Amino acid sequence: MSGVQLVDVTKSFGAVNVIPPLNLSFAEGEFVVIVGPSGCGKSTTLRMIAGLEPVTSGAIQIAGKDVTWARPKERDIAMVFQSYALYPHMDVAGNMSFALRLAGTPKDEVRRRVHAAAEMLELTEYLERRPKDLSGGQRQRVAMGRAIVRDAYCFLFDEPLSNLDAKLRATMRTELAILHRKLDRTMVYVTHDQIEAMTMADRIVIMEKGHVQQVGTPREVYNSPRNLFVAGFIGSPSMNFLDAELRADGPRVTGQGFDLPLPPRLREAVDGHRSRQVIVGLRPEHFAAPRTDGGTEASSLAPVDLGVKVAEYIGSSQFLAADIGGRQISAAIEVGPDSAPLTSGTYLFDTNRIYLFDETTGDAIT
Amino acid sequence: MPDTTETIVPAAERPWDLSMVGPYLFILPAVTVMLAGLVYPVIQAFYLSLYDWKIGTDFGDAPYVGTRHFIRMLGDENVWESIWVTLRFGFWTISIEMFLGVSLALLLEKPIRGASVFRTIFILPLMVSPVVVGLIWRYLFDARIGWINYYLGQIGIEPRVWLGDASLAFFAIVFTDIWQWTPFIFIIVIAGLQALPSEVLEASKIDGANWWQHILFVKLPMIRSILLIALLMRLIDVFRALEVMYILTGGGPGRATELLSLHIYNRAFDTQQLGYASAISVLLIVIVFLLSFAILKMGNPMSEKADI
Repeated sequence: MSGVQLVDVTKSFGAVNVIPPLNLSFAEGEFVVIVGPSGCGKSTTLRMIAGLEPVTSGAIQIAGKDVTWARPKERDIAMVFQSYALYPHMDVAGNMSFALRLAGTPKDEVRRRVHAAAEMLELTEYLERRPKDLSGGQRQRVAMGRAIVRDAYCFLFDEPLSNLDAKLRATMRTELAILHRKLDRTMVYVTHDQIEAMTMADRIVIMEKGHVQQVGTPREVYNSPRNLFVAGFIGSPSMNFLDAELRADGPRVTGQGFDLPLPPRLREAVDGHRSRQVIVGLRPEHFAAPRTDGGTEASSLAPVDLGVKVAEYIGSSQFLAADIGGRQISAAIEVGPDSAPLTSGTYLFDTNRIYLFDETTGDAIT
Repeated sequence: MPDTTETIVPAAERPWDLSMVGPYLFILPAVTVMLAGLVYPVIQAFYLSLYDWKIGTDFGDAPYVGTRHFIRMLGDENVWESIWVTLRFGFWTISIEMFLGVSLALLLEKPIRGASVFRTIFILPLMVSPVVVGLIWRYLFDARIGWINYYLGQIGIEPRVWLGDASLAFFAIVFTDIWQWTPFIFIIVIAGLQALPSEVLEASKIDGANWWQHILFVKLPMIRSILLIALLMRLIDVFRALEVMYILTGGGPGRATELLSLHIYNRAFDTQQLGYASAISVLLIVIVFLLSFAILKMGNPMSEKADI
């Protein structure tokens, strides 16, 4: 089996078990993003794939070979670190060619590959500079160049964009996606930023406290989050959660300050359920201004009363800090750039986009 | 809105307050001690080198000789010989100390069990006063009662007169210096190694560096400036070293172990040529000054990787 597989991998630091048995399988050529909050075990997982951290038990396979106890250099991997980890005493060309020189690659070949990678990353004019004379973005490119030159089977990225400013991060995201298409290599990318995950990944692995919460394409994890954690983690601003009563008549969910009919998608799911307490999830972006004629079907929009505390103007939308029946929520309303600051009143919610979660387990009701 | 621009008249000068002189007050004690303890003796040594003064005589009677001492020094075989001894001593001690110190640091850098105990043991010689070091090793090297001859005898090696033979005595002072100063290199290098960014070291493992490539191509180049500074500091120390050799060999036998500093001491207090000894001291000051200047020029060893 090709690609990268983790089979029943666990990791403990002393008595502390940070990764419970973990099973993941990445296809060859796939761009997988492992995302989760700090301390969720995502970096440890990546470092175990890299061979920088020994597994406590279980097995790791890369390209069909068992590499569980292989050294990093025997795994045919390249890695890009958060701090770039460039060799300060070598120039850009030296940094990029280090692995090849160690492997005893002929000089002509080294030159050719370094130049090809430098060309791809627009680093040709900096080849003789030291890392300290480069900007953050350029260092980042060198770190990537170092990985590209290797032409490894699998590329590992450990939060490579976190040290860049927001604008550069967005550019580099696009470049990475293009790079993946060009190189067609398996890439495993670790980040805490769900936007990076959503924009670049073929598949996203969402982790929390060492456990995989959900694995799926960006569309799947956004549209059908499996539980409260995934629902709250994916999407920006995050989903609002409100306590509600699921009522068989309608069926509908009611709570303090709202009463929303369930869409056909959920009607079947709750068919046969009795009245009970649930958690209802409402994404900020699915609220709409009263006069809107947007939404997928006019009939799916239900009125909700929002008490607006602050309306943040961000151009074509406004972010509202508001409350529904005393509970703090956020809403993103698209009203166009010329609109006046929004005020309290009746807004609409697209009921097709309602999510329900079990009150005790936190699992999605679907 | 009323026009307020006319009413604001900037003060001609910043008004006086204590914070303007505060910093100078704080460094005053240190500067005073420096001037009295370091700068004054140096000036005094230079002044003295222009006179031919002998111990026990009145300085007022000492004849002014101008640069005669310096001219004499340039042609003085004994001075050049002691410089040569110092350089040979420096070469052997520093190269072996660097090798041993760096090796030990590389071995004990990893957080293995007991590493901190070893680290503490290794730096003990550094805490012993030089006079005590001289005494310890004088007894150890002693031809009749020394442990070294005793244990060599146990394994069938003839006793030697360690401190009475020119080449053996030179070996003895080199050996003692290595014993005392290897820990210095060791702690400086281990501090440097531990400050290295771990991700860079990991990157080199992923790039495929094996154990010695990892050390030779990544670790050592990254602490290069620390190594250079340690080397220069040891070089300065070699020119300043006095107590251990004074007690161990006194410069003998003959002049085999007479380092420049010891030569100055002997000139001043054995042959009582205070003026001439001062002239040689000035030479020593110039050498040490140049070496120190080199260190200052190299600047902060951490600056290179400050933001990587």
